[in-house]
This record gives sequence, C-alpha cells and structure tokens, in this order.
Amino acid sequence: MITFIIYKAIMCVGVFVLLLASAAYATLWERKFAAFLQDRKGPSRAGWGGLLQPLADGVKMFMKEEIIPNVSNRALFILGPSLFMITAVVTSAVVPWAKPVNIGGHIYEMQITDINIGVIYLLGVASIGVYGIMIGGWASNNKFALLGAVRASSQMISYEIPMGIALIALIISSGGSLSLKAIVEAQDAGFANIVWQPLGFLIFFICALAETNRAPFDLPECETELVGGYHTEYSSMKLGLFLFAEYINMFISSAVIATLYFGGYNFPFAQELYNTLGLADGSVWISVISFSVLLAKIFGFICLFMWIRWTLPRFRYDQLMNLGWKTLLPLSLFNLLLTVVVEYFRGNIHF
Amino acid sequence: MQLTNRKVVVSNKVQSFAERLYLPAIAKGMIITASHLFKKPPTIMYPEQKRPIAPVYRGQHVLKRDENGAERCTSCGMCAVACPAEAITMTSGERKKGEENLYREEKYAATYEIDMLRCIFCGLCEEACPKEAIFLTDRLVDTEFERRDFIYGKDKLVEKVDARIDVTKRQTQAVLDFKKIPGLKHNELFDDKKLNKGNKH
Repeated sequence: MITFIIYKAIMCVGVFVLLLASAAYATLWERKFAAFLQDRKGPSRAGWGGLLQPLADGVKMFMKEEIIPNVSNRALFILGPSLFMITAVVTSAVVPWAKPVNIGGHIYEMQITDINIGVIYLLGVASIGVYGIMIGGWASNNKFALLGAVRASSQMISYEIPMGIALIALIISSGGSLSLKAIVEAQDAGFANIVWQPLGFLIFFICALAETNRAPFDLPECETELVGGYHTEYSSMKLGLFLFAEYINMFISSAVIATLYFGGYNFPFAQELYNTLGLADGSVWISVISFSVLLAKIFGFICLFMWIRWTLPRFRYDQLMNLGWKTLLPLSLFNLLLTVVVEYFRGNIHF
Repeated sequence: MQLTNRKVVVSNKVQSFAERLYLPAIAKGMIITASHLFKKPPTIMYPEQKRPIAPVYRGQHVLKRDENGAERCTSCGMCAVACPAEAITMTSGERKKGEENLYREEKYAATYEIDMLRCIFCGLCEEACPKEAIFLTDRLVDTEFERRDFIYGKDKLVEKVDARIDVTKRQTQAVLDFKKIPGLKHNELFDDKKLNKGNKH
C-alpha cells in the first residue's frame, strides 16, 4: 500500500513538473518559432540563446503590481485563473506517458490513473476549463472581459459537439474501449488510428485548436476588438496563470491527439527495435524510449499549433459559428456514418 | 457618359468547391510561412555586431584641440549662425596670461553647448567653422533619461588631450584645399586679403 502511494505521488509530481517545464519552454519556443517564421531571431539575451527567458518572464510576472479592481467580485476574480489552471493540469491524469515498467515483479503503469472512461473524463474536464474563463471574465466587471468570456464559452460549447462525435467514431474504429491505455495498446497491435480516421482527425484537430483558444480561434482574447478579452483586468501572476494555462492546454491537447490518433508512445517497428536492442518487456529503457517517442510527437504537434497560429488570420465571429455548426457538425456526423459502414465491412461491428 | 476608362466589371464569381474547402489555400499559406523557416534572418545583433558606417558619417560633435593641446575654438559664433536648428549656444571669454597652452587665440569659448535633441546632424557648423575647430564624428550620441542631459557642454564636446579623436577622414586634403579656393563666397569671408580690403558683401 505504501509503495503504491509513493509510486502515485511520484507520478503526480513528475507529470506536474513535466507540464510546468514544458509549458514554460513552450512559451520560449513559441516566441522563437514565431521569430523564425518572420525572419527574426527571437529572444536571445537571457541565458545561452535565450534559454533563461521563461525564468525571466516568470520573475517579471511575479514582480508586477497586482491589481484587483474594486468593482470586481474579489473571490470569483481569484477563482477564475485558478480554476483554469487546475483544469488544464488535471486533464493530464489519464494520458499514458510510456510503456509500463517492471520493477521487482511489480508492473508500474506510466500513467497517473487508467480510468475506463478516460475519453469522457477528458471531454468533461476540458469543458470545465471554460468555467475559469467565464468566471474570470464575468468577475472582472468589465464589458470587454465579459464579451471575451461569452465568446469563449459559446465557442467551447460549439466545438465540443463535433469533437465528441469525432471521438465516438474514433472509439468505434479503435475497438470500443474508452480507456486511453486500451486505445494506445490497440494501436500498438495494428495501425495508428489516423489510418482509419483521417477525417475524424481533421475534425478533432480543428476542434482542439478551438478548445485551446489558439489562433485562428483566439477570439476570446482578440486584442484588436476586445483589448485583452477575458483577461483584460488581470495583472501580475493571475494574468500569468491564464497565459501559462493556455500553453499547458496546448501541451495536453498535443498529447491527447498523439495518443488518440498517432499511436501515443508506440512507433512503427517498435517491437523489432526492442528485440534487436535485447530489451525485455518491462525494461526501464523501453519506457524511456517510448516516452521520448511520445514527447517527440507532442513537440511535433506543438510546432504545428504554432505554425498555424503564425500563418492564419483570426476568424470573424460569425465565421467561427458557421464553421462549427454548419460545417464541422455535419461533417462529424458524416464521419460517424462512414466509420460505421467501414467498420461493418471490416467485421468489427455486428448487428 | 463615360468619364474615365477605369471602369471595371465586377465579377461575382462563385467560389468553387476546392476554394470553399479552404484547406488547399491554408496549405499554400503554411508552405509560404514554412519556407521562411529556412531563410537567414537579416538581424544585426547590435551591441556585438555593428552595421558598417561611412567614414564621413555625421555623428556626435567634437571640439578639436591643436597640436599643442590648446582649444582651437575662438567663439566666433559662425557655427551658431550657420546652424539651421539653432542648437548651438556659446559665451566668449578672454584668454588670461599663462593660459596660452589652453586656448590658441586671445578669445575662446567660455561655455559651448549643443542641444543634441535640436541638432539635425547636418554638418553645417563644421562647414562654417573658420578655425577647423568643430567636427562631426562617427560616434553616436548616447541615450539619456532626461532632456537636460542631452545638452552637451564643453566637458563632453572638447576632446581630451590624452584621447584625441581622429577626424582625418573628414578633414581630408581635398576639404582643406576647397576651403582655400578664393573665388567661393564661402571662403571669401575668411580670406585675409579680402578682409583687409573690406567686405564687399
């Protein structure tokens, strides 16, 4: 029992540190990547090649004057960014990070918890995330913040539906389990899900962009129209939490996309590689290799997120709603139908 | 009635299916941005790396000393008259006995101020100077926090005896020769022979 608690505690702390570190360096990478795309050099003064820039940004955020408007609802004002940050972090609980490790006969899963409704948990927590924005924007007692919050909530609600339907299609074609662990293992045996769900992936990816409030769907914090959107009134580290949570969300979304559609920590000819290296099942090295593979996939998706952000202009609000309700929703339903037909002929569905 | 020939028939072209998908256009845009990943940024990392500047660059002024270390400026005021931005102000002083090593002639500039915020670095003061005393150099004017700090006095303008500032690139032989051409209006004023005859202008 005590080893179990220690193991879970290590997993939690490890994932938490991983999230914070990767989000911190995602902010640096975002600025660097934007600079490269725009023929600039990006931050290069703090530390070697700008490596200490996240630290400098963090110190700056903490040192800034903290302003809580006296017309705001103080408790909710503080709750907003906290809730947003908590939901961003909590999502990571069901992501399987690596192959299980076998230490002294015990098999340790590299996952905080493998609940059998993992996918539903993901959707549920992701939709709680909008409360952080909604409460923060509303408690600010500012018209711009409120408009940003309203936009955020309607956007998230609109895009959750095609996202959910795309996930249903995915679950049908990946063997019917809602556990992320099972979905990953199923991809180890066969192809990655992207092969059977290309359209579903496209829908899910677009919805993930919208859910993380990334460009071209960053209407909630649209500077040109809404000053700062839902975080107009926020300053100091509360603002920092909002910005930081966005990067954590991006990291988790990339992890989830990699897990659901691109085989998670699996890669082609993995077993052959392990055999040539002479690694037995449950070896620590297998875990390390599979974890690095997942990280590489996540990094690729983060780059894609950034690449899209620095290429595409922001949607207009009616275009956003049109895309969500008139294009993605029918498309996801069509994808569901298509999946059912395909899976029937593949022999995975029986009536 | 046709007023101009710039008439354009508005085309109400309906988007094709491929255009309405947007994805091909998005892919095209993404390829364009990605191609910039491999371009060399034209950035010059300033304090370490500097853009080469012309040898006759017009930067911060210097008040030159002569070979013996005495100030060349005689406070004649020609530079202040020539200055289109009215950035130069000065007061004159009379040289006392024993100050021959400090000032070249009997009259000297007791104070000499250039307002670097007014100065437009045109170089007319340098052109006007009959004593080869003021030059613009290739040094940049420093940034300051207060406006008053941009008014440079003699402490900042006069070159240090032990740290002479090279202006040979500006004060070339061609420039010196040019200043000796008697026919030019610019030089007449300082031509000793003509001055003795009385100024005709």
